[in-house]
Amino acid sequence: MEHIITPKVEHVKLLDRYATKKSATGTIYLTATHLIYVETSNNTRQETWILHHHISSLEKLPLTTSGCPLVIRCKTFHQLHLLLPRERECQDVYQSLLRLSQPVKLDELYAFLYNPKQNEEERREGWTTVDLATDFRRMGLPNDHWETTELNKDYKMCSTYPLMLAVPKGASQATILGSAKFRSRGRLPALSYFHKDSKATICRCSQPLSGFSARCLEDEQMLEAIRQANPNSPFMYVVDTRPKLNAMANRAAGKGYENEDNYSNIRFNFQGIENIHVMRNSLQKLLEVCAMKSPSMSDYLTGLENSGWLRHIKAVLDAGVFLAKAVSDEKASVLVHCSDGWDRTAQVCSVAGILLDPYYRTIKGFMVLIEKEWISMGHKFTQRCGHLDGDPKEVSPVFTQFIECVWQLTEQFPCVFEFNERFLINIHDNIYGCQYGNFIGNCEKERREIRLQERTFSLWPFLLEQEKQYRNPLYKRKTGTLRPNTLPLHFKFWCGMYNHYEKGMHPKQSVLDQLLSYTQKKADGEKKYVGSTEAISGC
Amino acid sequence: MEFSEHIKTANVDDVVLKQPFHAPMKGTLCVTGHHLLFSDRSGDSSWQLLLLLRNIDAIEKSVENLLGYSSTGSNIRPVGSSGTITIKCKDLCILQLDIPGMEECLNVARSIEALSSLDNVTEMYPYFYRPSWLSLDDQWGLSTLEKHYDQLGALQVKWRLSNANSDFSVCPSYPPAVIVPQSVDDQMLVKAARFRQGGRFPVLSYYHQKNGMVILRSSQPLTGANRKRCKEDELFLQAVMDGSERAYIIDTRSAQQAQQARMTGGGFESKSCYNSWKRLHRHMERGKVLQESLIKLVEACGDQSHSMDRWLSKLENSKWLSHVHSALSTAGLVAECVERDGHSVLVHGSEGTDTTLLVCTLAQLILDPESRTLKGFLSLLEREWVQAGHPFQLRCAHSAYSHTRLRQEAPVFLLLLDCVWQLGRQFPLALELGEPLLLRLAREAYASDFGTFLCNNEQERCVLEVKDRTHCLFQFLLRSSEREHYVNPLYEPTDLAIWPSVQPQSLHLWTGLFLRWSDHTQTMEEVREEIWSIVTQHCGRG
Repeated sequence: MEHIITPKVEHVKLLDRYATKKSATGTIYLTATHLIYVETSNNTRQETWILHHHISSLEKLPLTTSGCPLVIRCKTFHQLHLLLPRERECQDVYQSLLRLSQPVKLDELYAFLYNPKQNEEERREGWTTVDLATDFRRMGLPNDHWETTELNKDYKMCSTYPLMLAVPKGASQATILGSAKFRSRGRLPALSYFHKDSKATICRCSQPLSGFSARCLEDEQMLEAIRQANPNSPFMYVVDTRPKLNAMANRAAGKGYENEDNYSNIRFNFQGIENIHVMRNSLQKLLEVCAMKSPSMSDYLTGLENSGWLRHIKAVLDAGVFLAKAVSDEKASVLVHCSDGWDRTAQVCSVAGILLDPYYRTIKGFMVLIEKEWISMGHKFTQRCGHLDGDPKEVSPVFTQFIECVWQLTEQFPCVFEFNERFLINIHDNIYGCQYGNFIGNCEKERREIRLQERTFSLWPFLLEQEKQYRNPLYKRKTGTLRPNTLPLHFKFWCGMYNHYEKGMHPKQSVLDQLLSYTQKKADGEKKYVGSTEAISGC
Repeated sequence: MEFSEHIKTANVDDVVLKQPFHAPMKGTLCVTGHHLLFSDRSGDSSWQLLLLLRNIDAIEKSVENLLGYSSTGSNIRPVGSSGTITIKCKDLCILQLDIPGMEECLNVARSIEALSSLDNVTEMYPYFYRPSWLSLDDQWGLSTLEKHYDQLGALQVKWRLSNANSDFSVCPSYPPAVIVPQSVDDQMLVKAARFRQGGRFPVLSYYHQKNGMVILRSSQPLTGANRKRCKEDELFLQAVMDGSERAYIIDTRSAQQAQQARMTGGGFESKSCYNSWKRLHRHMERGKVLQESLIKLVEACGDQSHSMDRWLSKLENSKWLSHVHSALSTAGLVAECVERDGHSVLVHGSEGTDTTLLVCTLAQLILDPESRTLKGFLSLLEREWVQAGHPFQLRCAHSAYSHTRLRQEAPVFLLLLDCVWQLGRQFPLALELGEPLLLRLAREAYASDFGTFLCNNEQERCVLEVKDRTHCLFQFLLRSSEREHYVNPLYEPTDLAIWPSVQPQSLHLWTGLFLRWSDHTQTMEEVREEIWSIVTQHCGRG
């Protein structure tokens, strides 16, 4: 609270983007966690709550005759244009928000303050909602070819990997440890997904430290062990998700990619997904398009093209499709990496998971997938989301792109996902909101060190509690691999995300709400009919 | 019948047909006067394909001689030949026929070319379509302007029905009866008609019951380079004002285009002569530009390239969505004048048969809940497009694939359907008509078993006895057996105006139409079925 100089400012105008005349008047309040705008102009008391963590940038515009303008841009793509009556107050609010939106220490994050009135028991219970050991069992592990290993005890082998890793049975301890040494940051090939039907797998790792000519026998053995763990294919794919040029440049730094001559029976290819800096700039351009004041159709389409955003989304989805096809159609295993194996690799593996396994298309399964490919495998949420005041070059919308890929799929397959668009947007908001502990920290080790599970709550049980509103009423469980059409014309701009707060742009009536109200009434009716005991056991 | 002279080869066996959603099939191809029939080998009487020749927009043929060496070695002689015909339809479907025998292939291609481009109306299929479940005695059309007038009780105080055009002499492209102000007599009307291009004097298009304001439509005034005036035309519009202070003219051309039109005898209502009318120009593309836009868009949608930049730039370059944008925003402007500002509006461009109708129709959908019902919508189309003289025969002669030199083709009606789809997307509960209806109409306008979209105006229909010798599409679509395919399961009527958003982010490519022949269609059908089943289970509708 020490950062709040002026906790309340009255007579603040909230400008409407399209009709400046229609601006609202109200009061802003600064709390330890939120900026609250209460509209007082009409008889309606309308409140807008902005989480400090959601604020991505603040801009004080030059003073005008009608007041002192302050533009607040959020990571949720919300943009507020406030007009404060006095310069002094504007400066105070600006300064406070600047500090509050960029915490210096993890302890300052909302999650460490947030108390949803649950006891310790419930908190502990909540953190077990998603359990990766269960998912390994669900996939069919351990089996003849795959087992979990405890080699990463105390995070010694790889500090950014989880303790529980699955590796091929055929790989000896020496092979595993040797391979880890030959991989950037020790991120050795580990199982991401085991496809029961084909016995083919998706494994993930970081780039090899191959430079121009270095070899590592253990790494070569490791890949061979992965290939042999799949009796259905004589070869395996090694997918480098980077553009070829980037991968080649890495060789100069002693890193690089696998030389096909040194590894037996591999088929190597590049997928051409750009790096985090390109993606960050692309989003920036996209948001500029979103913020244009009444653009013409041509301005908009040209802007969309120039941002490159949909091209990147397509690249991620295309790579995911490549993986899914290899595994389900060719029955061949795939090893995926990028540079460090925590951004593009996470995107591609999780997209492939969605395509291959109907479980990950359910509400619960989607949580498991995020936990597995992102949280557990060390996607650097703290840095990528800019939770703390830090290097802005580490911030990148990698997870946002994954969420969008899933949305593009829900548009192409409206009946195969158990969840709806709101679920995706809510998760996205929570990634940045830091109200729950799930997305704090850069890897499992770090989370253990700050005793996250003892000090914060997990998001998942709260989402499950409100499951009803996240359901897709059209959902019909469908087995088998999804085969999306990735011709460019099947990709759409996601207005519901990037222009989420421009209510005027969205359909004025919601098919989703209408259908949910139907299915809800129906469900309620059935419940009454069957009786409450049935309903509880049915969950 | 004279069709037979165009048919050199009527039957070909062992033809392979490739079409969307089906595996290639081998069977027999048959060319008749109006159709291309294909039945697979095993099929006895179950036709796999019955394609109206009128639906064919373009065909491409390629033949090859398979040269073989005879046993003697030195003599080369053809031992087999074959050909491929690619058929591109006006409904955007593309079919391919592999025909054994070069001669047969060329014959079939020639027949298709000749028969699909016959433009003698009475030789077209609607004059021969005689299914057992339809009778020529059935009512043709949903309504007439007389009936429409009778239904609008409140309007009758100030507006009257004029039969001055009963013999089509005042305006050849208007229906026999039109609605005009009470105080304008037929004599005045005839004189005003002479001052408007094609005789299209201002007539009532829509009466807004809430406040008594109206939307009128006409063609441009023939002021010409000398700024001619017409007292009757001015009095006519004066009469529409009916004492109110202001009314609007929405000209669907840019101010510059309107100025230029004076050089060719057209023009606009000058401020000095029509001083209470405020003129606003909203430029909308028409004619060739629109046709080329459609061609570019369809080409872009067929592009198999995986380059995102290329697609987005082609989409932009086609300008189709820009046309959707300007149509909806102009219609929104008209509706705003009427509902929010409480003023009457006159809409015209140059001829008053294209963009004028587009804008008037969309404005009514925005304002009038009645026009959003299935029957109301079809009645609106009948009144504002068929009876109002949109030249369907000229505009829909060819679609996006044709190689022939463009004449007067323009997809104005398709643009209307696209805009209606956009409205339905933004207000998914407000329209009783569903997307399948729009798709059906998009097809029927270009090639049909029914007579509804034949000819260019009521006069031509009258001369060619369309109403006596063909069946009516709109009546057919409203039959209970058909109806359920075309209604929106989520329909919940609202009395409010439905204001569309015209932000570029709110306007979308109409995938239902432009990706009609891709997997997308099956997905959308699945969604529709699912929605039906939820709605049916919930409230026993269905």
